[in-house]
Amino acid sequence: MGYPNEPHQRETPVLSRYFGDTEARSLEGWKKRGGYKALEKALGMAPVDIVNVVKESGLRGRGGAGFPTGMKWSFMKPGDGKPHYLCCNADESEPGTFKDRELMRWTPHALVEGCAIGAYAIGAETAYIYIRGEFTEPLYWMEKAVKEAYAAGIIGKNAMGSGKRIDVHVHKGAGAYICGEETALMESLEGRRGNPRIKPPFPAVSGVFGMPTTINNVETLIAAAPILMNGADWYKKMSLSNPKSTGTKLFSVCGNVQRPGTYEVVMGFPFKEFLYDLCGGPPHGRKFKAVIPGGASVPIQTLEEAEATLMDYEGFVAQGSMLGSGGVIVIDDGQSMVSVIARIARFFAHESCAQCTQCREGTAWTTKIMERIRDGEGTVEDLDTLLDIAEQMTGKTICVLSDSCAVPVVSGINKFRGEFEALIQGKRFHPVIAAVA
Amino acid sequence: MVSLTIEGRTVSVPDGTTILEAAKTAGILIPHYCYHPGLPVAGVCRMCLVEVEKAPKLAPSCATTVAEGQVVHVHSDKSLDARKGVLEMLLINHPLDCPICDQSGECELQDYTYQEGREDSRYREPKRFNPAEDFGGDVIYVPNRCILCTRCVRFMDDVAHDPVLNVSERGDRALIGKFEGKDLTHPWASNVVDLCPVGALLSKDFLNKARAWELDRTASICPNCTQGCNVIMETRENQLVRMRPRPNEHVNAFFMCDWGRLNYRWMNEKSRVEQPMVGRAKALAPTSWEIAITAAARALNGKKVFVVASPMLSNEALFLLTQIMQGGSGAFRVTEGEEAPLAGVKDLALRRERAANVYGAEALGFIKTKDLLGGLKQGDVLVVAGEDLEGIDASAVGRASEVIVIGSVLPEVAKNASVVLPIANFSEEEGTVTNLRGRVQRFTQAKQAPGDTRPSWLVLGDLLGAMGKQSNFFLPSEVFAGLASSNKAFAGLSYDSIGFRGLPLANGSSTGPSAPIAVGAA
Repeated sequence: MGYPNEPHQRETPVLSRYFGDTEARSLEGWKKRGGYKALEKALGMAPVDIVNVVKESGLRGRGGAGFPTGMKWSFMKPGDGKPHYLCCNADESEPGTFKDRELMRWTPHALVEGCAIGAYAIGAETAYIYIRGEFTEPLYWMEKAVKEAYAAGIIGKNAMGSGKRIDVHVHKGAGAYICGEETALMESLEGRRGNPRIKPPFPAVSGVFGMPTTINNVETLIAAAPILMNGADWYKKMSLSNPKSTGTKLFSVCGNVQRPGTYEVVMGFPFKEFLYDLCGGPPHGRKFKAVIPGGASVPIQTLEEAEATLMDYEGFVAQGSMLGSGGVIVIDDGQSMVSVIARIARFFAHESCAQCTQCREGTAWTTKIMERIRDGEGTVEDLDTLLDIAEQMTGKTICVLSDSCAVPVVSGINKFRGEFEALIQGKRFHPVIAAVA
Repeated sequence: MVSLTIEGRTVSVPDGTTILEAAKTAGILIPHYCYHPGLPVAGVCRMCLVEVEKAPKLAPSCATTVAEGQVVHVHSDKSLDARKGVLEMLLINHPLDCPICDQSGECELQDYTYQEGREDSRYREPKRFNPAEDFGGDVIYVPNRCILCTRCVRFMDDVAHDPVLNVSERGDRALIGKFEGKDLTHPWASNVVDLCPVGALLSKDFLNKARAWELDRTASICPNCTQGCNVIMETRENQLVRMRPRPNEHVNAFFMCDWGRLNYRWMNEKSRVEQPMVGRAKALAPTSWEIAITAAARALNGKKVFVVASPMLSNEALFLLTQIMQGGSGAFRVTEGEEAPLAGVKDLALRRERAANVYGAEALGFIKTKDLLGGLKQGDVLVVAGEDLEGIDASAVGRASEVIVIGSVLPEVAKNASVVLPIANFSEEEGTVTNLRGRVQRFTQAKQAPGDTRPSWLVLGDLLGAMGKQSNFFLPSEVFAGLASSNKAFAGLSYDSIGFRGLPLANGSSTGPSAPIAVGAA
């Protein structure tokens, strides 16, 4: 539901159904709402059957990359004699994204249940929930839920009397964006500086503590429970568009809209309707100018592109961007694009782990040039330099942080070149002053 | 074995080899910074990106293993463009202070920038600044020049097993940090200076001593302990100014210890005997080599001889000393210190015995003793070869009927010597030494000997001839051939076969060519 606003009738609240319902946070309240039924069912199934249901449902990773979840789970070969691990990536740090935060705040037991199901499905006895350091409130609820679940025997040595051991640990990060990158998360979890690792080897071969590991986003794991309860077909049929994108998706909306918040809609929902009806359109007296639909690291869409988008993995790509993490940042005509992009670049420069040359130096260099242009000190050559640096920062580093910094710069210059040139020519940016109603 | 094509050349390498190492076998150097064969792979500098046909992205050649049929382009437009990009990025915060930087002339950032970097920079912003820092030991850190390759961090973590260094901060604020309360005082810590590809880690000892292009470099062996680390001796104007490790996977991998590295000043010692002398009317007087050699031969002929030798002398000198003994005997003593192993490399340590040729001396029959003159009988002729006789009682020397000194100093207790023959020190002559695993290694002349000083093998060869014995030695290699033909342990070895990587004695230990030492072994 469009939390914290009233739910919109066009939403399909599956995962967000209990947002704002304080009782759903406790074990008792969660059970009353049908909680842990899916885990009970899962523990009665063969792990391979769970993997197959999830495969069949078409569920894809909700963290940003959109990798098919069932296929990821099937990489974990049973009987290899090694301990398997499940990591839940709750280090939600992508600017503009706050869906996992709401999931953990309101339905912490849903994540415990999702972790337990996932762990069982991949043959792991241990699941780690790596939670972002700044998430103090979600951390409180998650720790409480895990404690309750242990006390009730839902997880632990003998999970729900199944004879299976499933441990769930909550691990608090120290507040670094890069620790949301899966291999950096593992380094951090092991107690080292959160630097991404070179791949291969991939986590399914050598992950946490060098053992086969699956890493899933919070929303992905939570989605597994309703899929098991209602069946793969139910999940697939919710999609309005491409059969490769199934089920529902949480979108966290921020920026220049009337009703920012977390919305859950089915895949393929029209973005235009989403922006104008669900989110209430632009603030009074303003017009939408651009949208960053999937967190700060996806290409910026022009309004025309956004309005033509169907909200699923393929739909955003078809309109020049990506679904990403579902963190929708809406920009109206009162904002300078140069200013917005400079701020995004500064974020990436601050968060670069400093391993790869292009990222360490390139993100900072980009930021300095962007801020110079923003402050009216730019030159005509700067735009070419920026595009050239962006080219050097793309596809050449260990992880994609450097690419992520280049993406808004390149899409910004290509789609809003006029705003850059105006500042370079000495014209100040004059925002449209909203008429107070 | 895997076959692939690199820059149009077909190479065959064992499965699991990286593209970077495979390229080396074809004589192609892929530019790189963070990669070092003695350290774990980091893959962070991104300088070694190469184009692999059919791969979607450029591949880091240090971290990508070869695959059958791969076609690799090192110097294609795409790879060159990526390297140009890395070089420009590395330079944006790097001060262009090459004229005052110790690394200038041996700097990989300088080299590759000249080779294939941009001629200008598009960077218009202020450069990052951090003050230089004393890292303890012999090391200074200049963060402004640092390119964050992390070789130093990995050396301390994974080779020295003494985590002192880290990467602190993030983004372009990042720099190499030192853990609270720790210093680079590990006995092998100075290797980080050699490993640093730029001028970020500098040796205090070498600071401002010379420009790299003023140095003459000579392949040699560190004389300072029985490990026998392979080194490069670097001289400027006939002064030894630096010793650095020379890779040899059978002896020292890529490293040498701080003690051995910094203990070179004795080879520059100025106050020494520079002319042959003979005793006349109770005083030593300079003379010609002919007269001195003749006098020494006359003193030795038909006498019982006792030799005290330095374990710094070459196998060649020690062999010739055994030839002038005429049935007498020889002894030596060796300075000792604390053993300091390098944890991550098998069988590599600063050894307790601090001399190059302890094992050669023993193999040639010299007795290791703490009572150096214990074997000297009343009336023997005492030959003091390279020994300073420090701490030896004059009365013990007095048992000798006559004393002959062959060395670079005249010991106080031997000032009544009848003949003094000045010889070159370790850095001034050519020869071989035998390390503690029985590996015979060649060292060569790094600087000129002063005055009338001559190489030890030449002096002793002449002396042998003057004594009427067979002596057809015109080169040190011929002395070695003589040694090899008369001593079973050295049989089958020659200067040519020893080369500059050494060979084990016939009865040497298993550290032979077939058993390279393991770097990074726990």
